[in-house]
Formats: sequence, structure tokens, C-alpha cells
Amino acid sequence: MNGVAPVGNSAQAHITVRDLTMAYGSFVIMREMTFTINQGDVFIIMGGSGSGKSTLLRHLIGLNQPAGGQIFYGDQDFTRAEAVQREQILRDTGVLFQSGALWSPMTLAENIGLLLEEYTDLSPAEIGEVAALKLALVGLKGFEDYYPSQISGGMQKRAGLARAMALDPEILFFDEPSSGLDPISARLLDELILELRDNLGTTVVVVTHDLSSIFTIGTNSIFLDPDRKTIGAQGSPKELLAHSQDPQLRRFLTRGGTEHL
Amino acid sequence: MNQVSFERVNNDILLIRFAGRWQLSGGLAPSGAVERELQAFPSLARVAFDARDLGDWDSSILTVLARVSGLCRQRQVALDADGLPAGIHRLLDLAEAVPERVGARIAVRKSPVLERIGTGAIGVADSVTAMLALLGDMTVTFVRLFGMKARYRASDLWLLIQQCGAQALPIVTLVTFLVGVILAFVGAVQLKQFGAQIYVADLVGIAMTREMGAMMTAIIMAGRTGAAFAAQLGTMKVTQEIDALATAGFSPMEFLVLPRVIALVLMMPLLCLYADLMGVAGGAAIGVGMLHLSWTTYLHQTADAITLTDVAGGVFKSAVYGVLVALAGCLRGLQSGNSSAAVGEAATSAVVTGIVAIILACGVFSVVFYVLGI
Repeated sequence: MNGVAPVGNSAQAHITVRDLTMAYGSFVIMREMTFTINQGDVFIIMGGSGSGKSTLLRHLIGLNQPAGGQIFYGDQDFTRAEAVQREQILRDTGVLFQSGALWSPMTLAENIGLLLEEYTDLSPAEIGEVAALKLALVGLKGFEDYYPSQISGGMQKRAGLARAMALDPEILFFDEPSSGLDPISARLLDELILELRDNLGTTVVVVTHDLSSIFTIGTNSIFLDPDRKTIGAQGSPKELLAHSQDPQLRRFLTRGGTEHL
Repeated sequence: MNQVSFERVNNDILLIRFAGRWQLSGGLAPSGAVERELQAFPSLARVAFDARDLGDWDSSILTVLARVSGLCRQRQVALDADGLPAGIHRLLDLAEAVPERVGARIAVRKSPVLERIGTGAIGVADSVTAMLALLGDMTVTFVRLFGMKARYRASDLWLLIQQCGAQALPIVTLVTFLVGVILAFVGAVQLKQFGAQIYVADLVGIAMTREMGAMMTAIIMAGRTGAAFAAQLGTMKVTQEIDALATAGFSPMEFLVLPRVIALVLMMPLLCLYADLMGVAGGAAIGVGMLHLSWTTYLHQTADAITLTDVAGGVFKSAVYGVLVALAGCLRGLQSGNSSAAVGEAATSAVVTGIVAIILACGVFSVVFYVLGI
């Protein structure tokens, strides 16, 4: 267990997680999770409420420290990296938090502009233009000067996505993107995620339990099994539905067997 | 009214008969009855129900049935729910669809007084450690500030300066003017007995500039601004804004705490000077209104009594109090939990921490100033 990235399809591996154990104090949430997120994947982390999906996401972006195991970005050991190096790695990621998490004292344009100001050499006018473009991409053209509290929850979420995309990151993380959205907005968001993947080659990691999203966009996935406290299954969601015999996973993917998708 | 009766059938079946209206407002069936009946029936193998005479029902009957079902499971007795209306049947199934997660139940126990005192004391030690850690972090951040490496938004700073400067003036005016009045009044009653009314000016002037101006301003700011900082940062934690800052590579320390500390450190001395002035004005109001001194006499007497050192000492203290209030507010805000109740607690404890820190610092200053002969 040293700092060498695991072998395998490492040419495309974007994030490699090995033996990750998550715990709050002595309370273990999930143990010994091993999986790989490949370049260009739309990778779904699925599981029931309270199974530790969002906690896993927090581990991947360094907000929580693992109780054991390692996370690699490319071949860099993220878990043991120095603060500067971690910041460097995170520079290539964008996160859409569950509630959007827009910085409330700033307008939407400032929310996006802050990152551009900090990490690019663009002039203030150019920053304004880029911010407007990002907002237009998520359907919020003309809302540059609104404060987060002045727009609806769904719009906040989309603005959060615009901010996550501000620096054209290589990896985008979504925490429950469709929660709190109406079905149409949720579908538009799904389509946007696919557009990003197809046109910018972005790797997308989505935490969700929304079945229609899972089957529409997911190319690979893991299922967190709260009873066994580890990964219950991994693979493309459609294949899992077709072939998996795991009763927990089947119940999850078929809404307890009541729905045949 | 709800009715329940029991009947033994074939020496191994217990038939439970429900009748009447079962409403929560009518109470549940006495809890012991079912247990007793099951206990008193050693050869029991199956429990069945008869609900033909059951009228309206709600969760009250479900609660009783859940209890029966639990007891049956404990005694490994079969439960035959066929005699129940379909609705009750389905709801019972729903309640038992998700089995209790092993280890999910938390043992609730009352801790003895001594243990709670001990836990409290350890908590104090922890919070002192946390405060010191924050102070260290803050110092590092300040070093970066002077190296022009710290990142925060200048517009945030200006807004904060406005919030804890100009907008605090009305309350500072009111409180410190009245403190001046009170000091003068207490002094006047005593000094009048010696015909030394004029020394009210000395009393008010020295007390305000050396201690009360700085302290009253600090306490006002702890209640006003410290609580606001804690609530603001606590809410930002709840809405994941702080997480978003961290993942975007902005240190919350630089981005949120630093401008707040700077704003208070800059504004507190100014507010303190203003408070000194208001206190003296309050004293003068009593001197002129009650003791019939002239404005000129009172102000001359004040000017003779206080020295620049008194004023500078007070102003210096107020800057230190500013750091303490800002740090207490930010610390409690950053430590806040993820719920609305936790944000409320954070605001409360920010004020308490702030005021305790002010009083402690005031004590330390008194000793140090005395030793230095200031």
C-alpha cells in the first residue's frame, strides 16, 4: 500500500479508489470500497437514503478524510498529497452541491467571476462575458446581477452548475442534481450533463437515487449496500438491471419490484 | 369508545376482538392487557383477530396491533391478520416493510451530575484548544496578509466596515451616553455631600476613557456583530457555502474570518473614541442639568483630568476587544452544526464567549497597566 497508482486500465483511469473506508469517529459507514472512474464516464454513485453516497462524494473532493484506503487522481495520491498539491488537483474539478451552495452575498455573475478572477488572467470585462456565457449555458441568460436569494431553488441549482463549470473542469461532481427540480428541469439537466461529457470530454460523477437519471445518463455505476456496508455491485446501470441477481440492487433499480423499466 | 376483548379457541388460538370506534383522542387500550393475556396462555400457537364490530379507526388501533405483532414475534407465535380490514393489514405491512437496522437504536441514558460536570469541563478545555488553534491559524493568515498573499474580496471588507462601523453608531450613542449619565449621577450624589460636585467631570472622564468606553463598545459589538458573524458563518455552513469555498480553493479563514477581524479592528477604536465622547456628554448633561455647573467649567475640568495616555490606553484595549469579539463570532460560526438549532446555539455561544473574553482581557489589562504604571 504505497503511493503507486494501481495497474489496470490506468491509461484512462481518472479517479481510482482503493480500499476506501469511511467513518464518523468509530462509526463505520462504508468499508473497503474499490472502484475506478474512467475518463469520459458518467459515473453514478447510487444507493438508498442514508447509505453514504454524499459522504463518499465528500471524500472524493477532500472535504472528509478517509478512515482508511486511498484515492488517486490520475496517478497522484490525493489522500496523502500536500495541501498545495491537493489544491492543484481540485483546480480541475467542479462541484455542484445539493442546495447549489451559491455564495449568498454575491450576485450570480460574481459567484462565477470569483473563480475566474482568482485562477485566470482575464480582465474584469472578459470575466463578465465568460460569466454571462456560463449562465446562458444553463438557461439563465440575463440573471447575472441577481442574488441567489432572489431566484428559485431550481435556478439556484443551475447557477450552481454554471459556477461548477466556470473553469471548464475535467471532472464535474454532482450531489443529487435532480432533487428539488421538476421533471422537465431534471431532464434538461440530464441532457446538459451528457452535452458536457460529449463536447468537452468532461468526466462526470453523479450521486443520485433518481432512477430515470441513472438509466438515462449513467455509463458506469456503483451501488452502495447499507447492510453489507460496502459496494453491492458495480457496472453500467442498464446491464446491472438486466443481469444482476443481487436482491438489494434489484429492489432499488425496480423500485421494490413494482416498476419494470 | 374502543373495546378489545380476548377469547381462547381450541386451546392454542387467541382471538382478539376489536369493536367500537378507535380514535387516538379516545386513548389506546391499556397496555398491560395484551401482555397479560399472552402471558397467561402458555400453549398459545396463533393469534387471530375479529374486527367485524370495528367502527372508525386510525393509528390508535395500528399502535396496539404493532405491539401485539412485536409480542408475537418475541414469543414466536404465528400472527394471522386475515380478520383485519384490508387497510389495516396493508398499513401494518408497511410499518414492518423495512426491518429495524441493527445497531440503529441509540441507547438513551441519563448521565449522572458528576459525569455531566466532567463532560462540561472537558468541553471547556476543548473549546479553549479550538480557540487557540483558530488564533494560530489566524496569525498565519495575517502573515500572509502582510505578504499580500491573502485572498478576500475588498468589497466584502467595505460592507463589513459599514455594518460594524457606521451602522453601530445609534446603539453605541444611546448606551454610552446613558453610561455617562449613570456614572455622573452616582458620583454626583456622593460628591455633593463634600461640595465637590466639580469632580464629577474627573470621575466620568477618567472612567469613560480608561475603561467604560472600550468595554461598553466591546460588549455592544459582541451582542450585535459577534452574534451576526456566528449566525452568518453558521448558515453558510448549513447551506454548504463553506464547503463550496474550500473546494474552490479559498480558505474560509482568509475569505471569511480575515475581513471580519480587520473590519472590527479598524472600527472598534473609532467607536471607542466616539463612545468616550458620548460618555463625557452624558456626564456633562448631569453636571449642567443637575449640579448647575457651566458647560465650559465642566469641559475644562474634564480636559484637565484626562491625559492622552488614558485615551490611548482605552483605544488600544478596544482594538484588542475587537479581535476577541470577531474571533469568538467566527469561531462559533465555523464550529456550528448543520441545523437551524445549531446556528442559534452558535450565535448564543458567540456572545457568551465574546463577553467572557472581553472581561478576562479587561482584567489582564488592569494588572498590566498597573504594573507598567500607566
